[in-house]
Amino acid sequence: MSILVDRSTKVLCQGLTGSQGTLHSTQALAYGTKLVAGVTPGRGGSEHLGLPVFDTVRDAIDSTGATVSVIYVPAPFCLDSIFESIEAGLDLVVCITEGIPTLDMLRAKALLNRTNTRLVGPNCPGVITPGECKIGIMPAEIHKSGNVGVVSRSGTLTYEAVKQITDHGFGQSTCVGIGGDPIPGTHFIDVIELFEGDSETDAIVMVGEIGGTAEEETADFIKQHVSKPVIAYIAGATAPKGKRMGHAGAIIAGGKGTAEEKYAALDAAGAHTVRNLAHIGDALSQVLRS
Amino acid sequence: MNLHEYQAKALFHEYGLPVSTGQVVQSTNDVPQALAEIGGDSWVAKVQVHTGGRGKAGGVKLVSSVDAAREFTSAWLGKRLVTHQTDSEGQQVSSIYFESLTDIAREIYLGAVIDRACQSVVVMASTEGGVEIETVAEESPEKIIRATIDPSIGAQAFQGRAMAYQLGLEKNQVRQFASIFLNLCRLFHEHDCALVEVNPLVVTKAGDVHCLDAKINIDSNAIFRQPKLDELRDPTQEDPREEHAAKFKLSYVAMDGNIGCMVNGAGLAMGTMDLVKLYGGSPANFLDVGGGVNTASVAEAFKIILSDPQVRAVLINIFGGIVSCAVIAEGIVEAYREVGVSVPVIVRFDGNNADEGREFLRASGLAIIAADTLQDAAQKSVEAARTQQ
Repeated sequence: MSILVDRSTKVLCQGLTGSQGTLHSTQALAYGTKLVAGVTPGRGGSEHLGLPVFDTVRDAIDSTGATVSVIYVPAPFCLDSIFESIEAGLDLVVCITEGIPTLDMLRAKALLNRTNTRLVGPNCPGVITPGECKIGIMPAEIHKSGNVGVVSRSGTLTYEAVKQITDHGFGQSTCVGIGGDPIPGTHFIDVIELFEGDSETDAIVMVGEIGGTAEEETADFIKQHVSKPVIAYIAGATAPKGKRMGHAGAIIAGGKGTAEEKYAALDAAGAHTVRNLAHIGDALSQVLRS
Repeated sequence: MNLHEYQAKALFHEYGLPVSTGQVVQSTNDVPQALAEIGGDSWVAKVQVHTGGRGKAGGVKLVSSVDAAREFTSAWLGKRLVTHQTDSEGQQVSSIYFESLTDIAREIYLGAVIDRACQSVVVMASTEGGVEIETVAEESPEKIIRATIDPSIGAQAFQGRAMAYQLGLEKNQVRQFASIFLNLCRLFHEHDCALVEVNPLVVTKAGDVHCLDAKINIDSNAIFRQPKLDELRDPTQEDPREEHAAKFKLSYVAMDGNIGCMVNGAGLAMGTMDLVKLYGGSPANFLDVGGGVNTASVAEAFKIILSDPQVRAVLINIFGGIVSCAVIAEGIVEAYREVGVSVPVIVRFDGNNADEGREFLRASGLAIIAADTLQDAAQKSVEAARTQQ
């Protein structure tokens, strides 16, 4: 088992015909992802990468039965794409695009809160269940099917964690990149709750970073509701205050959101915290082999 | 992106928020004309810099003659203002704002921010005007009054009235405050703000509610649809290296250590800096080359890192996802040719095209130190920087 996506998941791609959509959909198809349709307004009826292209998400769902969408649409048009996929009733929408205005995300969240659709991202690498379904921009070859759930705010840092897990002889049940924006569609807690309920996930690796209080909120949740071991790493211990570190959400504002505060909260919650980025695999090994 | 006070006040005025009459000058010669247009015989002179704490640092002064105003202007223009919120270099002063005087009876704090935890715009007010809201939150959090704006329905007048009553405002002031509250929220949404702050919002001796200061920060992601605000950008307020890096789609933040870092991805870039520190070194910068990196931007990243005279070693850590290690390798070799690299360079490649990248560097014959693992790379960098001292 896995969470969110598996080998039977039918995926449509909003922005399939664009350069990013084309590049990453080619790789997803090669991986074996059941990518069944593309949506590009004005291109309905045509074909791209051997897939049918539709004008609307609704048309694509009606013809193919897709339940998940991945969005590669440029930031200025992303809110519209997110609204369209929520309105069409998809289970899961994975938005890879970086640079969506924060006020757009507040509106997207308001709509998400009234529906059953889950949004992962934006500004994220995507979701992968190794060997079954790859949705997003992560390098496929570092992943291996296994029993470790991974959830992270950063792209390349997720790859680093995944590589270490694989190199230590373990594999991943599912990896979820929730993205580096201040208002993400999915919270650490949402994903960790799913991993806790997944019979094939035995340990959880959580990769956080400075900014906001999501890690502290997650620590509270772990303390009360999570029985599986959580290995947690937080990036940005050396980041100066008040500076945005690449990600829109990675900023220590008003003295809040430091790595130290997050580590303290996670330590208090009984998580296995790792201060050395190179030691995530070692820490996992210790936990799973003890 | 930050706006200057005078720019923020022009927006306030456009939205019906009461501000003082003012004029901005960029030259001492313009002072008499500016003061004549404001009128009166005393004014407040304020240096325009993107930082708080100006008053305590001497950047705000009451002037009672044209000569005094001219003197203040010539003393500050082109200088740098250092406050408790800036670094030791401070911020450059390239304009001065003059305003008519306000008789203050009472000071209040009013601000709006995007609250990440409750995923809404939140308006905050407190009776502690003139004090930084972070300090109030720390010392007397019960004094902060909050109103959460529902993203679907927007700010409502009753929320403004409720806030006004809690602040102890009187009849006419309640109406004025509610109007300020609504207009400030409208400005916030229509201009894609990340923060709007009025500190202090004052009640004048005549009993009117008035915006004495104005601070606006715009969501950088939304600049594409705010072309009018983009024109208000003041490059003198930005770190020139950060500005230069941004032109090449590189995300750079200067630090005070001696190990230059070049990494792909913001999270991994922070993680790399942390690792350097953990092994006893000190990072000179944060630099994320981004997903769309090419040979030319790698060379540029090198130049930016080496423009810092403190740098004794450069650590390049690339985990290729979208980025190809081969492209980075070509950029490194090009940078060696173009700029001449005199400090040790340590490279760790993993992921997409890592073998090709390593082979390219090896074949170049350049004295590049290859690292096998992340830990190895960090340790070798710290060691290299130490021997270069």
